[in-house]
Amino acid sequence: MAEDKKELAPELKEKLKAEFDKDWRKEQRKSVPAKERMKTARQKMPERPAGVRNRDFQEVNTGLTPEMALAEARRCLDCANPQCVAGCPVAIDIPSFVKLIEKGEFLAAAWKLKETNSLPAICGRVCPQETQCEELCTMKKASGVPVAIGNLERFASDFERLSGSMKIPPLPPPSGKKAAIIGAGPAGLTVAGDLAKLGHQVTIFEALHEAGGVLIYGIPEFRLPKAILKAEVDYLKRLGVAVRTSFVVGLTATIDDLRNEGYEAFFVGSGAGLPNFMKIPGENLVGVYSANEYLTRVNLMRAYDFPAYDTPVFKARTAAVIGGGNVAMDSVRTAQRLGAERAVIVYRRSRAEMPARTEEIHHAEEEGIEFQLLTTPIRYLGDERGRVRAMECQKMGLGEPDASGRRRPVPIEGSEYTMDVDLVVCAIGQSPNPLIPQTTPGLKMGKWGNVEVDWATMATSLPGVYAGGDIVRGGATVILAMGDARIAAAQMDQYLRR
Amino acid sequence: MPKILTRERLVPNLHLLEVHAPEVAGKCRPGQFVIVMPDEKGERIPLSIADWDVERGSVTAVFLVVGTTTRKLAALKAGDEIPVFVGPLGRPSEIAAFGTVVLVAGCFGIGALWPAARALKAAGNRVVALIDAKADYLVYWKDRFRSVCDRVVFSSRDYALGSKEFVPGPLERLLEAEAPVARVIAVGCTYLMYASAQATKPLGVKTVVSLNPIMVDGTGMCGACRCTAEGKTKFACVDGPDFDGHHVDWDELFMRRKSYFDDETRSLCRYEETELP
Repeated sequence: MAEDKKELAPELKEKLKAEFDKDWRKEQRKSVPAKERMKTARQKMPERPAGVRNRDFQEVNTGLTPEMALAEARRCLDCANPQCVAGCPVAIDIPSFVKLIEKGEFLAAAWKLKETNSLPAICGRVCPQETQCEELCTMKKASGVPVAIGNLERFASDFERLSGSMKIPPLPPPSGKKAAIIGAGPAGLTVAGDLAKLGHQVTIFEALHEAGGVLIYGIPEFRLPKAILKAEVDYLKRLGVAVRTSFVVGLTATIDDLRNEGYEAFFVGSGAGLPNFMKIPGENLVGVYSANEYLTRVNLMRAYDFPAYDTPVFKARTAAVIGGGNVAMDSVRTAQRLGAERAVIVYRRSRAEMPARTEEIHHAEEEGIEFQLLTTPIRYLGDERGRVRAMECQKMGLGEPDASGRRRPVPIEGSEYTMDVDLVVCAIGQSPNPLIPQTTPGLKMGKWGNVEVDWATMATSLPGVYAGGDIVRGGATVILAMGDARIAAAQMDQYLRR
Repeated sequence: MPKILTRERLVPNLHLLEVHAPEVAGKCRPGQFVIVMPDEKGERIPLSIADWDVERGSVTAVFLVVGTTTRKLAALKAGDEIPVFVGPLGRPSEIAAFGTVVLVAGCFGIGALWPAARALKAAGNRVVALIDAKADYLVYWKDRFRSVCDRVVFSSRDYALGSKEFVPGPLERLLEAEAPVARVIAVGCTYLMYASAQATKPLGVKTVVSLNPIMVDGTGMCGACRCTAEGKTKFACVDGPDFDGHHVDWDELFMRRKSYFDDETRSLCRYEETELP
């Protein structure tokens, strides 16, 4: 849908060049010859042992040590034309923050990150770096192994948080203008941070009772600890952002109501609603979940700690998760941590087409997740109480590439077989949340129920109303949502000052 | 956090909860619901809206005590705060000049149907209410219904209110006496709604029911509340809660509502043993 990779804008090129030409950078570049830099091996992210971590919810990766971070930062060649920046949806000045780490100035590196990214501790954990910044890294072209930019981003921002010196940048005088952000997910939090730093009065309206959107209800603790999200949200609050939870824009108040209260600019980041199902028999049996429900119960509602927390979730002997994306990986690894003896990914294409991050697939394999590839469920079977007890599957072959460029799965007749399962999680995507579109007259919609925007500005068909993230894209990543948000925030700033 | 203005027992096991939530109050329409969470460790559950007062900035719900969450709600007092009271959610009930409308209400549904009774009368309908309870002492808001309805009929198992039958018999007789009835609206426990829809189906009287599946977010995100209506999977929180009772897969609804029966029992036992004074 969108242009995900952009050429560097001329002003950005200039900015990068100015940093590149600073004396300390020149000296540091020369201090270690490129050949030397290339000889260092990529530092491996330390992880907790697979057989230990797959039974609890603590974080899998434990983070680079300062020594490792210094060594990894030294691998960066500090290129004159840093392609990595072009691969980043929010255009972080990657060479500058990496070189600050090499210099040992970890706090300065974190602040450099925060100039362009309000949520670096989160992005350092959940971005698919291998297809973004790291894919375009010169070291990848030269040696096959890119600089671990994501791990360094995580290192610098964790260092800042743990140091207790989360710095609030100097804020400009208040503009006197009010902006309303709808949805406290990655897009909304990003817009809120950017606009607050520009002096606007920002309120985020969130339907759930905690801020974070998919970061709180979707991404599990073992991949993104809630304490980190909380620290990032607290940082926004210290920038002056107000967060109204349990407020459903569209129902508690419409965009027009908020306009009457003096809000002038709006950002719709209400995310993915309406989980998709396959429309096959037995899908409404008890024990068949959407990934959204399954993960929300466990993450937001803390069902993993039932009955200390009141929300229950089914614990399975054999859990089947349908899908091959990050959400599927999160679901299957959650099921295993909740005690499943077998936790199985059922995916209709092959490993090569799986949209999940390489690291997640790799971690899942290490933890003992089974993969039944080129397989699709065709029917679920229930017991006398209506609980799912088995699923009938069919093997698939791969045909010609489809619109997504991936080879189309084709059912193989006569390959049906039945597998006993007592929990199924459908992680096959979702449609945009319908509430804002239903309650905002004049908002132009696309054919999948998504909000239509001008991709250059993220402006919707209504004046002053911008949108980004899954409500526009249908189902993308945290960082693409944040990229949309940065464009929208700059436009909203101009709109508020018009 | 929203503050509780009133929490009182209406009749045994049925409680009224009035919460200060001015923004919600300003938007309520008949047939909508709120999601509440009684404390920080609680579950999110939907409650039908039974009344609201824009000037007081308050929204009222009536609930039946069945499990841990409702037990916790029933233990709250005026002045307490509640972490989640969000709404109004769901599509409002259709209110228009239909002609004669029969309301079938039971349990928390007596409260939940009150806003519709008031609005239907104001829209110019003849409004007839059939209020069902196990016994006379379990009926509340009689006077409210009498103040707007053209006729109020009761059915209860204890003979005290003139009939000991469950809804189908009295409903059939009402439909005959009040013919032509334009629509029936039934709100209460799943069985009452099911029985009402079964009774009206042969007579071809449109029957609207307010479905009450398990929900989590209540805004269309999770899909916990899916039910089959008109042959399609619908999400009760954003497509409903009102549906045509003649085209609901009731077996599925009964089954899905019981999903967590074992866990709910366990949770309630734990609550009673460890947290009750």
